Amino acid sequence: MKARVHITLKSGVLDPQGKAIQNALTSLGFEGVHNVRQGKYLELDLSGSDAEQVRAAVEEMCTRLLANTVIEDYQIELEDG
Amino acid sequence: MKVVVVIFPGTNRDVDVINALTAVSGKEPVLVWHRNTELPETDLIVLPGGFSYGDYLRSGAMAARSPILQEIAARAHTGVAVLGICNGFQILTEAGLLPGVLMANRDLKFVCRNIHLKIERADTVFTRRYAEGQVIRVPVAHHEGNYFSDPDTLSRIEGEGQVAFRYCTPEGHLDDSVNPNGSINGIAGVYNENHNVLGLMPHPEDHVHHSQSCSDGRPLFESLVESLA
Repeated sequence: MKARVHITLKSGVLDPQGKAIQNALTSLGFEGVHNVRQGKYLELDLSGSDAEQVRAAVEEMCTRLLANTVIEDYQIELEDG
Repeated sequence: MKVVVVIFPGTNRDVDVINALTAVSGKEPVLVWHRNTELPETDLIVLPGGFSYGDYLRSGAMAARSPILQEIAARAHTGVAVLGICNGFQILTEAGLLPGVLMANRDLKFVCRNIHLKIERADTVFTRRYAEGQVIRVPVAHHEGNYFSDPDTLSRIEGEGQVAFRYCTPEGHLDDSVNPNGSINGIAGVYNENHNVLGLMPHPEDHVHHSQSCSDGRPLFESLVESLA
Protein backbone atom coordinates (compact mmCIF):
# COMPACT_ATOMS: atom_id res chain seq x y z
CA MET A 1 0.00 0.00 0.00
CA LYS A 2 1.15 3.54 -0.71
CA ALA A 3 0.72 6.44 1.68
CA ARG A 4 1.04 10.06 0.64
CA VAL A 5 1.68 12.41 3.52
CA HIS A 6 1.35 16.17 3.27
CA ILE A 7 2.91 18.17 6.08
CA THR A 8 2.01 21.83 6.33
CA LEU A 9 2.55 24.60 8.86
CA LYS A 10 -0.48 25.20 11.07
CA SER A 11 -2.49 28.26 10.21
CA GLY A 12 -1.25 31.15 12.31
CA VAL A 13 2.36 29.93 12.22
CA LEU A 14 4.50 32.38 10.29
CA ASP A 15 5.92 30.88 7.08
CA PRO A 16 8.80 33.10 5.90
CA GLN A 17 9.65 30.73 3.02
CA GLY A 18 6.07 30.84 1.75
CA LYS A 19 6.19 34.64 2.01
CA ALA A 20 9.46 34.77 0.03
CA ILE A 21 7.97 32.52 -2.68
CA GLN A 22 4.88 34.73 -2.86
CA ASN A 23 7.09 37.81 -3.30
CA ALA A 24 9.14 36.07 -6.02
CA LEU A 25 5.96 35.06 -7.90
CA THR A 26 4.68 38.63 -7.70
CA SER A 27 8.00 40.00 -8.97
CA LEU A 28 7.81 37.55 -11.91
CA GLY A 29 4.55 39.21 -12.86
CA PHE A 30 2.07 36.62 -11.54
CA GLU A 31 -0.72 38.78 -10.24
CA GLY A 32 -3.21 37.95 -7.55
CA VAL A 33 -1.06 35.55 -5.50
CA HIS A 34 -2.42 36.43 -2.07
CA ASN A 35 -0.68 33.83 0.04
CA VAL A 36 1.77 30.91 -0.30
CA ARG A 37 2.28 28.23 2.33
CA GLN A 38 5.18 25.84 1.87
CA GLY A 39 5.08 22.27 3.13
CA LYS A 40 6.55 18.79 2.72
CA TYR A 41 5.31 15.82 0.75
CA LEU A 42 6.35 12.24 1.50
CA GLU A 43 5.53 8.99 -0.32
CA LEU A 44 5.72 5.81 1.70
CA ASP A 45 5.63 2.27 0.30
CA LEU A 46 4.20 0.08 3.00
CA SER A 47 3.50 -3.59 3.49
CA GLY A 48 0.02 -4.43 4.74
CA SER A 49 -3.34 -4.26 2.98
CA ASP A 50 -5.71 -3.34 5.80
CA ALA A 51 -6.32 0.35 5.21
CA GLU A 52 -7.32 1.01 8.78
CA GLN A 53 -4.19 -0.58 10.19
CA VAL A 54 -1.94 1.14 7.68
CA ARG A 55 -3.55 4.50 8.41
CA ALA A 56 -3.06 4.02 12.15
CA ALA A 57 0.59 3.16 11.59
CA VAL A 58 1.17 6.22 9.38
CA GLU A 59 -0.63 8.41 11.95
CA GLU A 60 1.83 7.22 14.56
CA MET A 61 4.76 7.87 12.18
CA CYS A 62 3.49 11.43 11.73
CA THR A 63 3.14 12.19 15.42
CA ARG A 64 6.39 10.50 16.43
CA LEU A 65 8.71 11.69 13.65
CA LEU A 66 7.39 13.03 10.37
CA ALA A 67 5.62 16.13 11.71
CA ASN A 68 6.37 18.41 14.64
CA THR A 69 2.83 18.86 15.87
CA VAL A 70 3.73 22.04 17.75
CA ILE A 71 3.81 23.84 14.40
CA GLU A 72 2.77 21.33 11.73
CA ASP A 73 -0.41 19.57 10.58
CA TYR A 74 -0.42 16.43 8.46
CA GLN A 75 -2.78 14.81 5.99
CA ILE A 76 -2.63 11.16 4.97
CA GLU A 77 -3.90 9.64 1.71
CA LEU A 78 -3.76 5.90 1.11
CA GLU A 79 -3.66 4.16 -2.24
CA ASP A 80 -3.68 0.43 -3.10
CA GLY A 81 -0.72 -1.01 -4.96
CA MET B 1 32.12 17.45 38.05
CA LYS B 2 31.64 14.49 35.71
CA VAL B 3 30.57 15.53 32.24
CA VAL B 4 29.38 13.57 29.21
CA VAL B 5 29.39 15.17 25.76
CA VAL B 6 27.15 13.36 23.27
CA ILE B 7 28.30 13.26 19.66
CA PHE B 8 25.97 12.74 16.70
CA PRO B 9 26.95 12.44 13.04
CA GLY B 10 27.17 16.09 11.98
CA THR B 11 27.99 17.52 15.41
CA ASN B 12 30.73 20.10 14.85
CA ARG B 13 30.88 22.32 17.95
CA ASP B 14 31.96 19.48 20.23
CA VAL B 15 35.59 20.63 20.39
CA ASP B 16 34.55 24.15 21.41
CA VAL B 17 32.47 22.93 24.34
CA ILE B 18 35.01 20.27 25.36
CA ASN B 19 37.72 22.97 25.50
CA ALA B 20 35.49 25.29 27.52
CA LEU B 21 34.50 22.55 29.99
CA THR B 22 38.09 21.35 30.35
CA ALA B 23 39.42 24.90 30.84
CA VAL B 24 36.89 25.72 33.54
CA SER B 25 36.56 22.39 35.36
CA GLY B 26 40.13 21.11 34.90
CA LYS B 27 38.75 17.73 33.78
CA GLU B 28 38.11 16.41 30.31
CA PRO B 29 34.56 15.28 29.58
CA VAL B 30 33.72 11.73 28.49
CA LEU B 31 32.60 11.52 24.87
CA VAL B 32 29.62 9.29 24.06
CA TRP B 33 28.64 8.31 20.51
CA HIS B 34 24.92 8.58 19.73
CA ARG B 35 24.52 4.84 19.08
CA ASN B 36 25.35 4.02 22.68
CA THR B 37 22.38 3.03 24.76
CA GLU B 38 24.05 3.57 28.11
CA LEU B 39 25.63 6.59 29.75
CA PRO B 40 28.34 6.52 32.38
CA GLU B 41 27.59 8.07 35.75
CA THR B 42 27.58 11.82 35.21
CA ASP B 43 26.58 15.17 36.71
CA LEU B 44 26.09 16.96 33.39
CA ILE B 45 25.15 15.87 29.86
CA VAL B 46 26.02 18.25 27.00
CA LEU B 47 24.57 18.18 23.49
CA PRO B 48 26.84 20.41 21.38
CA GLY B 49 26.04 22.46 18.32
CA GLY B 50 26.36 21.40 14.71
CA PHE B 51 24.16 19.93 12.03
CA SER B 52 23.26 16.45 13.28
CA TYR B 53 22.08 14.26 10.38
CA GLY B 54 22.46 17.23 8.05
CA ASP B 55 19.30 18.77 9.52
CA TYR B 56 17.27 16.18 7.54
CA LEU B 57 13.47 16.46 7.96
CA ARG B 58 13.82 19.21 10.63
CA SER B 59 16.81 20.43 12.66
CA GLY B 60 17.39 17.98 15.49
CA ALA B 61 14.53 15.67 14.45
CA MET B 62 16.63 12.61 13.60
CA ALA B 63 19.05 12.97 16.52
CA ALA B 64 16.10 13.29 18.90
CA ARG B 65 15.09 9.73 17.93
CA SER B 66 18.56 8.27 18.57
CA PRO B 67 18.57 5.52 21.22
CA ILE B 68 20.79 7.59 23.51
CA LEU B 69 18.04 10.21 23.88
CA GLN B 70 15.91 7.79 25.90
CA GLU B 71 18.76 7.41 28.34
CA ILE B 72 19.31 11.19 28.42
CA ALA B 73 15.59 11.71 29.14
CA ALA B 74 15.72 9.14 31.95
CA ARG B 75 18.73 10.91 33.52
CA ALA B 76 17.08 14.31 33.10
CA HIS B 77 14.04 13.02 35.00
CA THR B 78 16.29 12.03 37.90
CA GLY B 79 17.62 15.60 38.04
CA VAL B 80 20.90 15.29 36.10
CA ALA B 81 21.76 18.62 34.44
CA VAL B 82 21.42 18.66 30.64
CA LEU B 83 22.75 21.48 28.45
CA GLY B 84 21.85 21.74 24.75
CA ILE B 85 23.63 24.40 22.73
CA CYS B 86 22.33 25.47 19.28
CA ASN B 87 21.67 22.13 17.52
CA GLY B 88 21.63 20.58 21.00
CA PHE B 89 18.75 22.94 21.86
CA GLN B 90 16.93 21.90 18.67
CA ILE B 91 17.42 18.23 19.61
CA LEU B 92 16.06 18.77 23.14
CA THR B 93 12.90 20.47 21.84
CA GLU B 94 12.39 17.74 19.20
CA ALA B 95 12.82 15.11 21.92
CA GLY B 96 10.18 16.82 24.06
CA LEU B 97 12.62 17.54 26.90
CA LEU B 98 12.11 21.28 26.38
CA PRO B 99 8.94 23.12 25.30
CA GLY B 100 8.51 24.82 21.93
CA VAL B 101 10.27 24.50 18.60
CA LEU B 102 13.04 26.27 16.64
CA MET B 103 11.93 27.41 13.20
CA ALA B 104 13.81 28.98 10.29
CA ASN B 105 15.03 32.50 11.05
CA ARG B 106 12.48 35.18 10.28
CA ASP B 107 14.52 36.67 7.41
CA LEU B 108 15.65 33.20 6.15
CA LYS B 109 19.32 34.18 6.53
CA PHE B 110 21.99 32.25 8.40
CA VAL B 111 22.98 34.61 11.21
CA CYS B 112 26.56 34.50 12.52
CA ARG B 113 27.60 37.36 14.80
CA ASN B 114 27.89 38.52 18.39
CA ILE B 115 24.64 39.35 20.15
CA HIS B 116 23.68 40.48 23.64
CA LEU B 117 21.70 38.36 26.06
CA LYS B 118 19.86 39.26 29.21
CA ILE B 119 20.14 36.73 32.05
CA GLU B 120 16.54 36.20 33.19
CA ARG B 121 17.34 34.43 36.43
CA ALA B 122 20.54 33.77 38.38
CA ASP B 123 19.32 31.02 40.69
CA THR B 124 19.79 27.93 38.50
CA VAL B 125 22.73 25.52 38.29
CA PHE B 126 23.58 27.14 34.94
CA THR B 127 23.47 30.81 35.93
CA ARG B 128 24.37 31.25 39.61
CA ARG B 129 27.65 33.01 38.71
CA TYR B 130 25.71 35.67 36.81
CA ALA B 131 23.49 38.40 38.23
CA GLU B 132 19.79 38.60 37.39
CA GLY B 133 19.34 41.10 34.56
CA GLN B 134 23.04 40.99 33.64
CA VAL B 135 23.84 41.52 29.96
CA ILE B 136 26.42 39.28 28.30
CA ARG B 137 27.91 39.20 24.81
CA VAL B 138 28.11 35.83 23.03
CA PRO B 139 28.02 34.70 19.40
CA VAL B 140 25.14 33.06 17.51
CA ALA B 141 25.55 30.96 14.37
CA HIS B 142 22.36 29.37 13.09
CA HIS B 143 19.65 29.25 10.46
CA GLU B 144 16.91 27.68 12.59
CA GLY B 145 16.91 29.67 15.81
CA ASN B 146 13.49 31.27 15.66
CA TYR B 147 11.92 30.10 18.92
CA PHE B 148 8.18 29.49 18.76
CA SER B 149 5.56 27.92 20.97
CA ASP B 150 1.78 27.91 21.04
CA PRO B 151 0.17 30.66 23.20
CA ASP B 152 -0.71 28.32 26.10
CA THR B 153 2.83 26.94 26.32
CA LEU B 154 4.28 30.42 26.00
CA SER B 155 2.23 31.79 28.89
CA ARG B 156 3.16 28.73 30.94
CA ILE B 157 6.92 29.06 30.38
CA GLU B 158 6.77 32.82 30.98
CA GLY B 159 4.72 32.29 34.14
CA GLU B 160 6.88 29.47 35.50
CA GLY B 161 10.18 31.32 34.97
CA GLN B 162 11.34 28.93 32.27
CA VAL B 163 12.80 31.64 30.03
CA ALA B 164 16.58 31.56 30.54
CA PHE B 165 17.89 34.27 28.19
CA ARG B 166 16.46 36.95 25.90
CA TYR B 167 18.11 38.87 23.06
CA CYS B 168 18.61 42.48 24.11
CA THR B 169 20.50 45.69 23.31
CA PRO B 170 23.98 46.21 24.87
CA GLU B 171 22.16 48.26 27.53
CA GLY B 172 19.80 45.39 28.30
CA HIS B 173 16.66 46.67 26.59
CA LEU B 174 14.42 44.17 24.87
CA ASP B 175 13.94 45.41 21.34
CA ASP B 176 12.83 43.58 18.23
CA SER B 177 15.57 45.33 16.19
CA VAL B 178 18.22 43.25 18.02
CA ASN B 179 16.28 39.99 17.81
CA PRO B 180 18.48 38.08 15.32
CA ASN B 181 15.96 35.43 14.26
CA GLY B 182 12.40 36.49 15.13
CA SER B 183 12.11 34.40 18.30
CA ILE B 184 8.85 34.96 20.13
CA ASN B 185 9.32 37.34 23.12
CA GLY B 186 13.03 37.48 22.15
CA ILE B 187 13.60 34.09 23.75
CA ALA B 188 17.16 32.77 23.26
CA GLY B 189 17.08 29.93 25.78
CA VAL B 190 14.59 27.99 27.90
CA TYR B 191 14.58 25.64 30.89
CA ASN B 192 12.39 22.64 31.57
CA GLU B 193 9.97 22.82 34.50
CA ASN B 194 12.59 21.70 37.02
CA HIS B 195 15.29 24.01 35.62
CA ASN B 196 17.80 21.17 35.27
CA VAL B 197 17.55 21.07 31.46
CA LEU B 198 18.65 24.18 29.53
CA GLY B 199 18.68 24.80 25.80
CA LEU B 200 20.01 27.95 24.14
CA MET B 201 20.84 29.03 20.60
CA PRO B 202 23.92 31.24 21.35
CA HIS B 203 27.37 29.77 21.99
CA PRO B 204 28.69 30.64 25.48
CA GLU B 205 31.44 28.04 24.95
CA ASP B 206 33.04 30.36 22.37
CA HIS B 207 33.47 33.22 24.86
CA VAL B 208 35.34 31.69 27.78
CA HIS B 209 38.84 33.12 27.41
CA HIS B 210 40.10 36.69 26.89
CA SER B 211 41.88 35.52 23.71
CA GLN B 212 38.39 35.06 22.24
CA SER B 213 37.83 38.84 22.70
CA CYS B 214 35.32 38.23 25.48
CA SER B 215 34.78 35.75 28.30
CA ASP B 216 31.13 36.44 29.09
CA GLY B 217 30.22 32.77 28.55
CA ARG B 218 32.64 31.50 31.17
CA PRO B 219 30.39 32.04 34.25
CA LEU B 220 27.88 29.58 32.77
CA PHE B 221 30.48 26.81 32.99
CA GLU B 222 31.73 28.10 36.34
CA SER B 223 28.15 27.97 37.63
CA LEU B 224 27.95 24.30 36.63
CA VAL B 225 31.26 23.49 38.29
CA GLU B 226 30.20 25.30 41.45
CA SER B 227 26.79 23.62 41.51
CA LEU B 228 27.75 20.09 40.47
CA ALA B 229 31.35 19.55 41.60
